[in-house]
Amino acid sequence: MGHILQAKGIHKSYTMGKQTLTVLRGVEMTLSAGDFAVIVGASGSGKSTLLHILGALDKPDKGTIEFEGQRLDQMSNGRLNQFRNQNVGFVFQFYHLLDELSVLENVLLPAMIAAGPIGWLKCKKNVQNKAISLLERMGLKDRLPHKPYELSGGERQRAAIARALINDPRLLLADEPTGNLDSKTGHGILEVLNELNQQGQTILMVTHDDRIARQAGCVIKLSDGKIVS
Amino acid sequence: MIGIKLSWRYFLHRRISILAVISVALCVFIVVVVMSVMNGLVNEFKEKNHRFVGDCVIRASSLTGFPYAADFVQQLEKQSFIYAVSETVQGVGLMTRPGSSWNVGIDYVGLDPVKHSRATHFAETLGYNADHPERAFQPSYAPEMDGCILGVDLILYRRPDTGQYDSPGRPWLDRRTISSFPLNPKGGLARAGLDMVSTKTFYYSDHSHSGLVKPDGRTIYLPLEQARILSGMDTPVVRSSTLHIRFAAGVSVTDGVRQVQQLWQAYVQSCKGKPYAEMLDDVRVLTWQQDRREFIGPMEKEQLMLTFLFLMLGIVTVFIIFVVFYMIIGHKTRDLGLIKSLGMPASRVAAIFLGFAAIVGLIGTAIGMTAGCLFLWKINAMENWLYDHYGWRVWDRAIYAIDQIPNAIEWPVLVCVAAAAVAACLLGASVPSIQAARQSPVRALQVSQI
Repeated sequence: MGHILQAKGIHKSYTMGKQTLTVLRGVEMTLSAGDFAVIVGASGSGKSTLLHILGALDKPDKGTIEFEGQRLDQMSNGRLNQFRNQNVGFVFQFYHLLDELSVLENVLLPAMIAAGPIGWLKCKKNVQNKAISLLERMGLKDRLPHKPYELSGGERQRAAIARALINDPRLLLADEPTGNLDSKTGHGILEVLNELNQQGQTILMVTHDDRIARQAGCVIKLSDGKIVS
Repeated sequence: MIGIKLSWRYFLHRRISILAVISVALCVFIVVVVMSVMNGLVNEFKEKNHRFVGDCVIRASSLTGFPYAADFVQQLEKQSFIYAVSETVQGVGLMTRPGSSWNVGIDYVGLDPVKHSRATHFAETLGYNADHPERAFQPSYAPEMDGCILGVDLILYRRPDTGQYDSPGRPWLDRRTISSFPLNPKGGLARAGLDMVSTKTFYYSDHSHSGLVKPDGRTIYLPLEQARILSGMDTPVVRSSTLHIRFAAGVSVTDGVRQVQQLWQAYVQSCKGKPYAEMLDDVRVLTWQQDRREFIGPMEKEQLMLTFLFLMLGIVTVFIIFVVFYMIIGHKTRDLGLIKSLGMPASRVAAIFLGFAAIVGLIGTAIGMTAGCLFLWKINAMENWLYDHYGWRVWDRAIYAIDQIPNAIEWPVLVCVAAAAVAACLLGASVPSIQAARQSPVRALQVSQI
């Protein structure tokens, strides 16, 4: 399978007052379609920063990122928004579901953003059916009208995964998806991710837990802003 | 679609929205009520002044008046743009009751009641002869005597609670003696010695209620020729104090006055060389607004000051909305990070909060408008209730020449207030919304994870 993501010479620094903190120092990596890769490293090693840059949430100071031939580092903010919405699904450590929307509405959110106000009226029914199907796969069939604060941690994370998948993203990025869950629930989430990967979903996950990393097909070790293995 | 949904859901779920809605509603309520009442008072006052003097006034700046008015009146009455003209003689004097030591300073106005009723709305002010102004100077108890029309406050008692006058329905025998110093054309006393004062006794035949404080409280209307004799304007040349003009239907005041000015200037030129023609140079042709400027001006200034104060109130509203939205958006950092990470463009992010602000503005405006209109509808009933139970009245009817508080709702005012309220909300929320739209999603998500 071909590469879907190629990053070369990625540098990223943050300025805090008079001090400059360099987080990434010339990171290079590739990701192929169907991979389940994990980035591991100690706290402060730059894992989340790298994930954000690869997911087009942030821009590197130096370096190039190619996603299926498109140069993300050269895109405007508007194009990056569109790219992210259509090609990348995010799963966060703290779920980040909107409490004012129901579980179903949270899952529909990326699709509503993609369709726009008028387009949504045309595709609403189809997308709703797809969202319901996704939530059924996640075991949340009975939780559609519930608000996120009425769900357990594991249920919220599964709803977040369903949201990340609604636009059929080419790449699923998970930032410490089990970090806020107990081990049993976390294990359940990992099983969901594994299942998705077996169905062909490309996944890049960040974790600080080596035990979780061992379950992935490819492990990228980050230390002091560099890939060491 | 998601933008509207989120705007509405944020509105429903944030209790602080209630604070914002209440502040908008209160501001709208205050502005609607006060502006409606103030506009009503000012418009009513202006209208009373307009009806009192007609459309155009030709006025001498001196108490000595001006000559050759009758010829000019004839000329004016031939013009198609003029409906009616009335001549008056005005002076100051003392009024007393025969045999009484009571004395009061008054202004007297000599006029022809029929002509004056055509040029102004004089007949409508009369108490007993509104339909027959030709009888206004004929006391019903003694038609052969010289009658006088008294300002209503000079003859009738006004109830302080209701502002209504106690009137028996017809005039009664009441004599008033008017004393005045007749003036010659040069402004000096027309006569010397014991003869310097003109005095005449008149019989109360009617009263005039114009709704204006000074005329109602200080003016007595006399037959034109009697007033001319009293003021000394009968010799050596017949003089008048003012001409009042009403224009024909469809003629604007501005156009009409312009044409009268042209006619007057030509007339003044034609009178050059006649005795006392120089007195015509002190005569001015005025619109009714210019003639009544000293009375209308202060009220218009108060209205302007009130509008300025409301502008300040609007600025305060903008600041309240700004603070409320600043707080709301501060609590929504996490949501903003998520929405932006999902690819929502900055403009749509800003639109969510501007939509929220519009909802606050529309609901607050609707509540304020409804409450304001209801309050105005019942304002007089409420004031009457307060007076009946606590003896308290907002406007003392003995001081303010109004029968009731004006409560007419002007729809253009309501539309302007509604638009301004919603605009204030959008303006107040604009800076926080733009800041929210510009926020980095990574920073927003990281902050929310602390």
